[in-house]
Amino acid sequence: MSFLSLQDVSLCYEGQDRAVRALEGLSLAVGRGEPIAVIGPSGCGKSSMLLLAAGLLAPTGGTVRVDDQPLAGPRRATSLILQEHGLLPWKTTEDNAALGLRIRGADRRESRERAREALDRVGLAEFARAYPGELSGGMRQRVGLARAVALDADLLLMDEPLSALDALRREDLQDVLLDLWRRRGHAQVLVTHSIEEAVFLGRRVVVMTPSPGAVRSIVENPDAGEPGYRLDPVFHERCAELREILASEGALHAEEGVRT
Amino acid sequence: MKTPLSRPAGYLIAVLALLLGWELLALALGSPALPGPLEALPAFVALVPELTVHALLSLWRVSISMVIGAVLAVPLGLAIGRSPRADSIFAPLMFLTYPVPKVVFLPVLLVLFGLGDVSKIVLIATIVFFQILLTARDAARAVPEGAVLSVRSLGASRLDIARHVVFPAALPDIFTALRISTGTAVAVLFLAESIAGTDGLGWFIMDAWGRIGYPRMFAGILAMAISGVVLYEAIELAERLTTRWRRTAH
Ligand SMILES: Nc1ncnc2c1ncn2[C@@H]1O[C@H](COP(=O)(O)OP(=O)(O)O)[C@@H](O)[C@H]1O
Ligand SMILES: [Mg+2]
Repeated sequence: MSFLSLQDVSLCYEGQDRAVRALEGLSLAVGRGEPIAVIGPSGCGKSSMLLLAAGLLAPTGGTVRVDDQPLAGPRRATSLILQEHGLLPWKTTEDNAALGLRIRGADRRESRERAREALDRVGLAEFARAYPGELSGGMRQRVGLARAVALDADLLLMDEPLSALDALRREDLQDVLLDLWRRRGHAQVLVTHSIEEAVFLGRRVVVMTPSPGAVRSIVENPDAGEPGYRLDPVFHERCAELREILASEGALHAEEGVRT
Repeated sequence: MKTPLSRPAGYLIAVLALLLGWELLALALGSPALPGPLEALPAFVALVPELTVHALLSLWRVSISMVIGAVLAVPLGLAIGRSPRADSIFAPLMFLTYPVPKVVFLPVLLVLFGLGDVSKIVLIATIVFFQILLTARDAARAVPEGAVLSVRSLGASRLDIARHVVFPAALPDIFTALRISTGTAVAVLFLAESIAGTDGLGWFIMDAWGRIGYPRMFAGILAMAISGVVLYEAIELAERLTTRWRRTAH
């Protein structure tokens, strides 16, 4: 039984002059504790799909279920991490990490304590009192992760969380992501435009196509989830396989930093 | 790059420059209506006890008015800015009433509320209210949607969003509007006090003028200027304390 399931989902945005069909007939299932990656060209509906899974948007058609419940709105144990704006600049690192708990009604002291533990997990314990403006891009993303960890999320949704980082920081944070997942075993949907990142972190890699957005194909990648996977020849084979699919989609430019 | 002056040093230099300009202007005009600082400052010093009473009254009136105006305007402005429906109703109303100089209602308020504090406070609070209302509305509209979305994804209610996102995001703009409105507020207070009542710096100045006590009048003007600076600095201090995060951004 899948933990997150989108069944024959469609989503239509009512634009100013015309409606945009962002998703149509999209079906996707993610198992409990399964980490998947989603890749595809700009505008193919990756962000929209995450907003649906987070319960922030309702589908125009089809159903979204999480943990065997039809999704009616944001859910306590789901955590969504956006590329930008995830952190509030007027809150300290600690308060940002504690925000999810505070909103869910935990008292200030307990939230702070759990936030500090989470910050420790992502290696930011000594920056608890700093403001986001004082942190580097990579550190800010770690705070976003700490917020999810503090919440004890069982479903982590991430929209290109690392795309603002340079290559070295990226790998560093990919390792942090992997480490967190290995310790906590949450279901995870990582939207990325990096082939290597998708293959490193997704047990399955979902390739999406645009106009309207739907699943094009799914690359099975069962060996993902090991810290040393990048050095494994299988890793490179999977990257090549994925690159080929994306090239046949005419979508390879999407990897070269065209951000959405 | 040359290092900037410290705040007190900057103030000191500005005060000396103003005094010098004042003295030169007084010498050039040679009119008893404009005594130089050498005449006015001793008068000021001699009148400090009396002036303090009037200054405190004036400061109390203007600050309570500003607080009332802001406390009413901020939640309303933020709510309007966050709700397209409310905005479509209130925005035209705001645009129509904003340019109307509220000070012209002083006579009406004097009739309604008498010559005491209430009419003055209502007038200044109204003026500040309209300034802050529009600022708060604009600031709420400018809050990045991504910030709202990420907090909503944590299950935030509208109230949570107002408290954790919209209000703190709007705070710097609200403080700017408050600082700008101090000038207007003090000017209107002066007018109201000089027309109605028997205390406050506005009254003190116009009373001295009526008695042709020019050094005394200038002592009052000095006290008014100092009160304005005190008010402005108090708002600045409150801003620094509540928006600490802004000085850390790079
Ligand atoms: N709020 C919106 N209103 C109207 N159209 C939108 C909105 N958000 C996204 N779209 C459109 O929906 C399609 C999918 O967008 P998105 O989900 O952001 O794709 P991706 O994240 O893969 O780039 C695009 O054509 C985009 O222009
Ligand atoms: Mg996107």
